[in-house]
Amino acid sequence: MIWNIQRAAMVATAALILAMPPVAAKAGGTLRIAMTASDVPTTTGAPDNGFEGLRFLGYPVYEGLLLWDLTRADKPAELRPGLAESWEQDKNDKTKWIFHLRHGVKFHDGSDFNADAVIWNLDRYFKPDAPQVDPTGGAFARARDPWIKSYRKIDDFTVEIGNPRPISYFPNALVYLFFSSPAQFQKAGSWVEFAKQPSGTGPFKITEFKPRVSVTLARNEQYWDKNRIPKLDKVVLFPMPEATTRLAALRSGQVDWIEVPPPDAVPSLKAAGFEIVTNSYPHTWPWVLNFGKPDSPWKDIRVRRALNYCTNREGLVTLLNGLAEPAYGIYHKTDPYFGHPKEQYTYDPDKAKALLKEAGYGPDKPVAAKVMISNSGSGQMLPLPMNEYLQQNLKECNFDISFDVVDWGTMLVATRNPPTAPQAHGVDAMNISLAHATEFSRFTTAFLTSTFAPNGFNWQHWSNPEFEALVSKIENSSDPEEIAADIRRAHEVIVDDAAWLFIVHDRNPRAMTKHVKGFTSAQSWFQDLTRVWME
Amino acid sequence: MAQFITLRLLHTILILFGVSVVTFGLIHLIPGNPLDILLPPEAPKEVVERLKVEFGFDKPLYLQYFAWLGRVVRGNLGTSVFTGLPVTGELFSALGNTLCLAVPAALVGFSLGTTFGTLAAFNYGRALDKLFSIITILGLSMPHYWLAIVLVIVLAVLWPILPAVGMGSGGGLPTSWEDARFLILPVVTLSMIPMGVIGRMVRSTVLEILSQEFPTALQAKGLRRRRIVWHVLKNAAPPAMAVMGLQLGYLLGGSILVETVFNWPGSGQFMNLAIFRRDIPVLQGTVLVLASFFVLINLAVDVAQALIDPRIRR
Repeated sequence: MIWNIQRAAMVATAALILAMPPVAAKAGGTLRIAMTASDVPTTTGAPDNGFEGLRFLGYPVYEGLLLWDLTRADKPAELRPGLAESWEQDKNDKTKWIFHLRHGVKFHDGSDFNADAVIWNLDRYFKPDAPQVDPTGGAFARARDPWIKSYRKIDDFTVEIGNPRPISYFPNALVYLFFSSPAQFQKAGSWVEFAKQPSGTGPFKITEFKPRVSVTLARNEQYWDKNRIPKLDKVVLFPMPEATTRLAALRSGQVDWIEVPPPDAVPSLKAAGFEIVTNSYPHTWPWVLNFGKPDSPWKDIRVRRALNYCTNREGLVTLLNGLAEPAYGIYHKTDPYFGHPKEQYTYDPDKAKALLKEAGYGPDKPVAAKVMISNSGSGQMLPLPMNEYLQQNLKECNFDISFDVVDWGTMLVATRNPPTAPQAHGVDAMNISLAHATEFSRFTTAFLTSTFAPNGFNWQHWSNPEFEALVSKIENSSDPEEIAADIRRAHEVIVDDAAWLFIVHDRNPRAMTKHVKGFTSAQSWFQDLTRVWME
Repeated sequence: MAQFITLRLLHTILILFGVSVVTFGLIHLIPGNPLDILLPPEAPKEVVERLKVEFGFDKPLYLQYFAWLGRVVRGNLGTSVFTGLPVTGELFSALGNTLCLAVPAALVGFSLGTTFGTLAAFNYGRALDKLFSIITILGLSMPHYWLAIVLVIVLAVLWPILPAVGMGSGGGLPTSWEDARFLILPVVTLSMIPMGVIGRMVRSTVLEILSQEFPTALQAKGLRRRRIVWHVLKNAAPPAMAVMGLQLGYLLGGSILVETVFNWPGSGQFMNLAIFRRDIPVLQGTVLVLASFFVLINLAVDVAQALIDPRIRR
């Protein structure tokens, strides 16, 4: 009997030890990160510097009505309730959405988050004569949330937002819209001053801001989600646009984590004991084909399919030391929304040549095309060597590719103008990497006829009646399963129609020392720093 | 002398006006403006155009230029399109950081260059001449961003005795050895070019002076070698000083490449950022202030030359 009790006690103790969270004793520390940004992103809650700005000075400090669930590495990040606990489409008027706000949320300055704060921030973005108007922040908001037509407070914790038409995926777009503290703005008096003493609701608060040098975040002990109070004491972020400089900073121990290590440095970093963390995420590195040009070779579907079949994606992955993966569509092949397109673009030069022969092209009459490429830019990976590789690769199937090399700013100007405008320099395609998040709201902006440049992001002027009908159905539906099935079908249409040359997806690489613990590389542009600690 | 300085200052105003017009024109030759870069790719043209109106970029170029000029005359360089911060404060903070590098780099470069050049000339054709010539030619011709990367690899990564990047915890003038260590690699890198340029210049000038008759005359007169060297160097000083002035101007402008490799938040990096972002107010303000420094340094050099060499005063 005594032996049994002793044995039971031992088993219970062992079980208790196994059940104890291993991280509790090791929490804390300061994490120093070198970003690829050329400057500290804006600290006011409308970060610039693309999605990297949102990654480091968006979600850690500020929050939207919806947030990303960044806890899983094994599937694409999904949306979850954020500053809104729940939301629903108005039963009588599908153009209106009701958001029920979270109670007990406080800004870093101690003031309350409520419906007044929501309306004050929406005025900041969308009301040109509001005292707190932020023209730049407003432009970001209109770019990422183009469907906010009206808004009003219903009670202290309920707001209504109106759209121009019923849009089932509208709440998704709210994940990019952050809320800053009205009380702190009153104290600061302007957005320039607010930037020096910012206040949001996120798990980290900004404690020091040195323009062009660094920004320091500290743990927000009062954070509303007690399960996500950061383990780290501090995070220091440094802008370091030059890849070799980031590498030197990591190798010399001045930072603990660098974004985007140069592919050539991966073997030596691994050999020196650094961790290279990669994972899939919603990034595509394509050639966006110009359908607007009257003599565009891509008007013949056989030519654009041949282009996709001739592309040696695996070769490109090898060139990048494994920091990319082949792209067979906009979504990853493993993504639930990838669907089952008929066209599976494996590397098949014979098939490509046969398709081209059918279309009237061959060694004597190659497909001549000029592609606009940038020398660098947000999400552009290594555009020069990668495109040179493709140029050689495609030559074997009788594609004669030439390049129009421009800087990132020139490319952005071209994308905002029609494909036939002088800004396009007469190119037949553009190598522009696009930040397509998994949520569908961003997906539509690049493929609808209504968003043809200059009205939207569909620079290539690709149009497909089936895609249009599917989007219309998705927008008017309220059945999640039906919506998911239609998104899959919409993706299949884009792939089968070879709307782009799908080339590779980036692998979201970052290198870090072995002292960085607890990091889960979410399949997202954004990452959760609250679970990280330094050993 | 007062008339000389006044005239030069009047020239300066004209030069600065010209510089500002050229910079303004050049930045507008590149497609796009700051807002095209600032906003994400998915921002449609209408959103960009609306913001252009807010910032006044929709107005004709000459109106934009004169609005800027009007502010500058009142001592206001405007605000950055990207950060909203006043250009003046940001620029002088960046210039301060560059001064922390430029002054020590100039001191090291000029003194080493003068020493090496003089020793090479006085040992013309001998081993010492060849040695110092090799050193100065290396300093002149070696790409300094390459040297910077090599120094970082050797002294910060393989043999980690110095920091690889940044300015240390405090920023600004170093107040401790810990912060001063951050200066060593960029200063060594930056001093190479002035060392090479001054070294070559001093060598050829001293050689030219030595070939004149007066050193031989001085020698025949029985003057000590040290005195002869002094006279030769005094004669070699004015052209060397002119080159030093130019080199100091370049250093103050900050080396974009060196500041990028060392992630040093100086004026070179500041201007580079402004060019890539088309941040017109920042770029205009920076070029204007740097051009002023350049002109003023050269004016100071001209005055110093006149003080040393009575022939120039005549």
